[in-house]
Amino acid sequence: MAVRVAEEWLHACSGCEVAILNIGEPLVELLSALDFVHIPVLMDHKYYGQTGEGKVLDIPEADVGIVSGGVGNEEHLEVLEEMRKKCKILIALGTCATHGGLPALLNNWDVNEAHKQIYKTITTDACTVPDQKVPKPLDRVYALDEKVKIDLMIPGCPPNSQHIAGAILALLNGEEVKLPTKSVCDTCPTVRKGKGDVKKVRRFLENAAYIAEEPIDKMRCLLEQGFMCMGPVTLAGCAKRGAPSCIIARVPCRGCFGPVRKGGNQMLDMMNALASNGIDFKSVIDRKNLLRFSGAHGLIRQQRPTV
Amino acid sequence: MGKVLTIQPVTRIEGHASIAIELDDNGNVKDTKLHLMSLRGFEKFIEGRPAEEVPRIVNRICGICPWMHHLASVKAVDACFGVTPTPAGHKLRELCQVMAHINDKILHFFFLAAPDFVIGPDSDYAVRNVIGIVKAAPELAQQVVKMRQLGQMMLERFAGKAIHPIAGVTGGFAKPMTEVERVGLLRDTETLLDFAVYALDFAKNNVFNKYLDVISKLGTITTGFLGTVDDNGALRIYDGKLRLMQPTGEYVDFPCSEYTDYLAEHVEPWAYAKMPYAKSWQEGFSMDLDHPKGIYRSNTLARINVCDHIATPKAQAALEEFRAKFGRPAQFTLLYHWARLIELVYACERTIELLQDKSITDPNIRAKVEPKAGRGVGCVEAPRGSLIHDYTTDDNGCIVSANLIVGTTHNIAPMNMSVKQAATMLIKDGVYDQGMLNKVEMAVRAYDP
Repeated sequence: MAVRVAEEWLHACSGCEVAILNIGEPLVELLSALDFVHIPVLMDHKYYGQTGEGKVLDIPEADVGIVSGGVGNEEHLEVLEEMRKKCKILIALGTCATHGGLPALLNNWDVNEAHKQIYKTITTDACTVPDQKVPKPLDRVYALDEKVKIDLMIPGCPPNSQHIAGAILALLNGEEVKLPTKSVCDTCPTVRKGKGDVKKVRRFLENAAYIAEEPIDKMRCLLEQGFMCMGPVTLAGCAKRGAPSCIIARVPCRGCFGPVRKGGNQMLDMMNALASNGIDFKSVIDRKNLLRFSGAHGLIRQQRPTV
Repeated sequence: MGKVLTIQPVTRIEGHASIAIELDDNGNVKDTKLHLMSLRGFEKFIEGRPAEEVPRIVNRICGICPWMHHLASVKAVDACFGVTPTPAGHKLRELCQVMAHINDKILHFFFLAAPDFVIGPDSDYAVRNVIGIVKAAPELAQQVVKMRQLGQMMLERFAGKAIHPIAGVTGGFAKPMTEVERVGLLRDTETLLDFAVYALDFAKNNVFNKYLDVISKLGTITTGFLGTVDDNGALRIYDGKLRLMQPTGEYVDFPCSEYTDYLAEHVEPWAYAKMPYAKSWQEGFSMDLDHPKGIYRSNTLARINVCDHIATPKAQAALEEFRAKFGRPAQFTLLYHWARLIELVYACERTIELLQDKSITDPNIRAKVEPKAGRGVGCVEAPRGSLIHDYTTDDNGCIVSANLIVGTTHNIAPMNMSVKQAATMLIKDGVYDQGMLNKVEMAVRAYDP
């Protein structure tokens, strides 16, 4: 019997769903082996029945549930709880689902105050924050495992399409799902010479030094070139063509797969990594930025209101 | 009060929305609302971030069109810092932006919209989707998946990431293009152009001509249009000036930096998304179907309407055929799909033009940048409409405030009108079914929100 799959997106951008599509040609075969019962981006199953007369939000039962996005409002929570109830195995897909992702940067502020400000921009007519028939925001943005039990985490912004395909295939065949456990640096072929003479990290305002015709493994490590690069404190998984994705573009890592260790704090870990290499961590001008992908789980907290 | 029909979630779109159709005591449509349910707050949480980091934050606004946000943002940061990108940096950015349009259009037309036409608008929801197409037309499906994948992997191969890109940087681009890369991308784009021409023919024969009656009625409203053109009035999607056209066809051109003189955003208490309107028409805002005020549309049909011509031959021929049939400006909502495939052809032709110019491999890809206080507006044509990023920075080059007008939002008010028009036309005397409600959604899907 085909494996039944339900998919949902919450506080999300659809990048995870595009990553599912980027499985590419094997997807056609996979789609035939799976029985999708609910996936709003591709399929018209409705919460309240096909003519909208139901009273309770309903998602069909499934063997595997996939949820992208964090939890930012009441509707997200309701959908997540229904997914948990109806799915035997629940997968958190993408860094918003596993660690809050970028939307959790809003946890720096009181959500209602932040919303008020958003409706006061220079082009916005005088108004109040919409509050009719739209879901109320929660007090902050949560990762999924702060709200329900999650069976498998596949982080990444976006997640690696091959991890998604691999996880689905493993579940189809009743095998164990294997995902990377090391750091981005462990998958990075750039040249490291050990402790350098870098004392401060630079903003990425000029390009790295490298020769375009030469492969990545001839380029000096970007951190050793003095650029802030979060490879040391970020979970591996983005590497596809022999190097981490951003490094292929000759651009430093910003940590989009979240911390290497479960429960790790990318900001503290990075500060430690810099300090232990004799680099002044005060040269990082925006430290909160280092939690830009992993601010849920209470790691980014509200600033005290300024008077 | 009569019954309320709720379509939730609106499906095969990017994002969270629901439709409420309120019926009167006789079962006829009294009112409709398209509720936009999501608010993440990018305008707020980029505050304090170093501006050069923002292009790799705001790309997460949309996973389908991350290149658009990435590059509108890069342009806005350039303007804040007073830097002009090098010619090669500029070309590489445009190349990636135009290539990203190719994938987007294949995705929208074949994966999201086509099931309504290929499987049929009234068919069972369990098969009215791309999985249904895989089963009903496996060869077509295989080809579509292959072509979309080719486009995505071209971007990934050259720029590291296709989704949530990082290669656009203030001052230009992070890596140059080698001759080997140029030749490879050119060869692949020629394959994509062949597919684009096939796709347009396929859609004309199997969709547009077959559904002409539906196209001329469903969701049809009369509005103005907004898009981007160059100094010769030709369609542009990366750079140019904005053109705001009235329903009568008269228009005004302006640089994007002056957008606040022309556009404002209305807010309804029942939708998180703001509703931009043409402030410069000085008639206010109204979504009344017979007497709309300030309402214009954006996205493919709008761009096809506002441009005088298209500067690439195959797309120009398609535009001429389209205009001969539907006039200028064309108002039928479902023509967004047709216009989308004309733009698909343009995007392939323009990519080839850019790659044929060997100066794109010039290694001088990034100008010198110094962070400073300033204000900058960046605009590109995203698949879903004119995308405007407006930032103010402090002395340290960090963001003080931001204002974003995102492509889809230009069409929020028009989508509401199209929903009302479609529901009113379809639902009479309390008679409705899932096929009719799906047709109401088709009026939304045309806008590819």
